[in-house]
Amino acid sequence: MERHGLRSYLVGFALAVILTAIPFALVAMHALPPSRLVIVIAVAAILQVLVHLRFFLHLDLTTTPRENLLAVAFTAILLFIMVGGSLWIMVDLHSRMSL
Amino acid sequence: MSVMAPERETSSDAYQQRALGFWLYLMSDAVIFALLFATYATMVANTDGGPSGKSLFSLSNAALETVLLLASSTTFGFASLSSRTGNRSAVLGWLLITFLLGLGFVGLEIREFLGMIRAGAGPDRSGFLSAFFTLVGTHGFHVSMGLTWILIMSGQVFLKGLSVPVTSRLFRLGLFWHFLDIAWVGIFSIVYLPGLL
Repeated sequence: MERHGLRSYLVGFALAVILTAIPFALVAMHALPPSRLVIVIAVAAILQVLVHLRFFLHLDLTTTPRENLLAVAFTAILLFIMVGGSLWIMVDLHSRMSL
Repeated sequence: MSVMAPERETSSDAYQQRALGFWLYLMSDAVIFALLFATYATMVANTDGGPSGKSLFSLSNAALETVLLLASSTTFGFASLSSRTGNRSAVLGWLLITFLLGLGFVGLEIREFLGMIRAGAGPDRSGFLSAFFTLVGTHGFHVSMGLTWILIMSGQVFLKGLSVPVTSRLFRLGLFWHFLDIAWVGIFSIVYLPGLL
């Protein structure tokens, strides 16, 4: 019970604010070249998604029922194949068509 | 007390089963969002000589929307905590604050959409804008449905009190609301921030 208490939401909120402020501030200040900023944005986004899953949705490898974790893991694999595959095909097509 | 214990266990079993069903729904929703993200990434350069994200997006507007949605996710968490201690008026208060924050988010989004459409950058202008309105609009529609659900659940908490079924529904509404915040993290990280580089 205690692990899903007030602390969880406050820690999650604080981490999410930090992980949002960093990319927004860097983009506002144009602090880095675009190619590096994209990497910062992507890393901050992935970390923030994990923060939300852990502190707001309370996804936990030990306490969350196994079925729920399986559903999430299966979806993650599915997304990786579908989104990664689609982008791979489309980017490849794009670069070949513009030649 | 000893009579209460097994009863509580059965109800928490049913609770978990429904939570699993709802997780499955959320994951199917995640697939929808992910494919809209993939479509957007494919279409983002296809502006047909029209405006691109750089001239259309506002960093401050996206930041404000992010703050509203993140704050609403946290206040919903407070509503969930209050429901656990059986504090009905606190639940209603936090749900109201969550609703207002979410309403502010939808308001900002509608204002942004109308401004873009008036400037001739509607969904019919280019492939980029079709993909943009579909992705961001789908999220905004989800948030609007979430707002409706918050109103319905506030009514149930008010009329029926924090009974086991009501608390269980409130829990699933929480999953939905927190999930929408995750989808928004994807939107500002894939649409707004890269568009403004």
